[in-house]
Amino acid sequence: MMRETFIATTTELLDDDPRTALVLADISAEPFAPARRRHPERVLNVGIREQLMASVAGGLALTGLRPYLHSYAPFAVDRAYEQLKLDLGHQDAGAVVVTIGGSYDASAEGYTHQSPGDVALLDTLEGWTVHVPGHHDEVPPMLREAARHDDRVYVRLGLQENDRAYPDAGRLLVLRRGGPLVVAVGPMLDPVLEATAGLDVTVAYTNRPRPLDADGLRALTEGEVILVEPYLAGTSAAAVSAALEGLPHRALHLGVGRAEVRRYGTWRDHARAHGLDAPGLRASIVDFLG
Amino acid sequence: MTTTAVLPDDKLGPLLHRITGDEKHTPSAYSTLDVLWVLYDRVLRISPQTVDAPDRDRFLLSKGHGPAAYYAVLAAKGFFPEEWLDDLGGWDSPLGHHPDRVRIPGVEVGTGSLGHGLGLSIGVALGLRAQGFTRTRTFVLLGDAELDEGSNHEGIAYAAATHLPITAIVIDNQSSTHGWPGGIAARFPGWDTSVVSGRDRDRLERVLKPRHDRPNLIVATVERKGS
Repeated sequence: MMRETFIATTTELLDDDPRTALVLADISAEPFAPARRRHPERVLNVGIREQLMASVAGGLALTGLRPYLHSYAPFAVDRAYEQLKLDLGHQDAGAVVVTIGGSYDASAEGYTHQSPGDVALLDTLEGWTVHVPGHHDEVPPMLREAARHDDRVYVRLGLQENDRAYPDAGRLLVLRRGGPLVVAVGPMLDPVLEATAGLDVTVAYTNRPRPLDADGLRALTEGEVILVEPYLAGTSAAAVSAALEGLPHRALHLGVGRAEVRRYGTWRDHARAHGLDAPGLRASIVDFLG
Repeated sequence: MTTTAVLPDDKLGPLLHRITGDEKHTPSAYSTLDVLWVLYDRVLRISPQTVDAPDRDRFLLSKGHGPAAYYAVLAAKGFFPEEWLDDLGGWDSPLGHHPDRVRIPGVEVGTGSLGHGLGLSIGVALGLRAQGFTRTRTFVLLGDAELDEGSNHEGIAYAAATHLPITAIVIDNQSSTHGWPGGIAARFPGWDTSVVSGRDRDRLERVLKPRHDRPNLIVATVERKGS
């Protein structure tokens, strides 16, 4: 659903705003074909060339356009990392990178199509805003907001969704009040709510982990904080530590493990393997809280 | 190395000496110098007054290595004060060993890591076309060893497939470790190509000036590196 929402919203942006450009590397080229017919000079498919996709985005931005680029996360980020670093960041240019696949949506395709490390990679670079929507209705405002400036924006789309959307969850949104803080990022919310049912915890939600809402985190943390992220475990450890500097605290970082899971199946199977389904999360959280 | 009759412009020699502090090497030691001079003196529609004009011609130095000649030409044309040349790579200097577009007026892209300029120039040309700047031309300069980087070949194929009217200049000083048997132009299928002396300014002008309706490659051959 998120991918369809992205295609619909970006097609509208292309129709409404002559500054919008879209660069594809074959992925999703077909559903964007109507937009490409209407705007052949602003909808560009470079073929299976992700380095070029990012470089072209940098060049478009240097002429004043607002480029969106899109592929599977491992191709758009892991493969083209130096292009994101140099052809956007070093040029002082921006773009909106919208990916699908995430950590293990491409479960049956295998590790080649998976990027648990995309957000960690972007954390090495300056100035990226990272959106991780937890529901497809959260996607359109992220894309529309990104059209109004020239900064670097990453939108991580996925198959896993929460039951309901929280369109205004850039800052930490408290959904349950109680004891120790559990922060759920994007699609981790529903499993976290289920995992913590009956536990005395505070649950807060964000779909914009970068920049992390440091003020909110500092205000809500009373000694213990648990981060649950749908990408590499510990990706936010440095940001959490910086936000809580000087405050005594214990932290637990849950997310996707570093070890490659050489199995196929569905994203649910992989979530379970990484301990990111409700029972796995509950076990880790209870163990940590003691 | 021949040093005769290469530089009619007395100005560039002293500027290069200011950058390098090197009195021994004549300007002909700089492989890109004549191409850059012809571009900025005779071809590009850009001046210090139009560095931010949306319809200015674009020149992207992809081969960011050894930018002394580039800096000398930009200084000679008044894009920045000649005094900047005296402190190359210094803490307070805007001029590094690779150019930074954020620091230097007239520099379109910051380069240094090889294989980025062609893709950027394709994006620039596409962005200009999408905004109706049909008179604006886009040039990019690469080195023959830079073509080793695979990212270039993504751009070469796409520019040809889309008939994008960019002009790429490859300075060939035979510095690619494994060379290009059969010639560099053979790596640019679908492009107009010409091979000229990178020292013959009139000839360079003749191949750089005409507009093409598809991508255009100019291989500018100079002395072998280190010769």
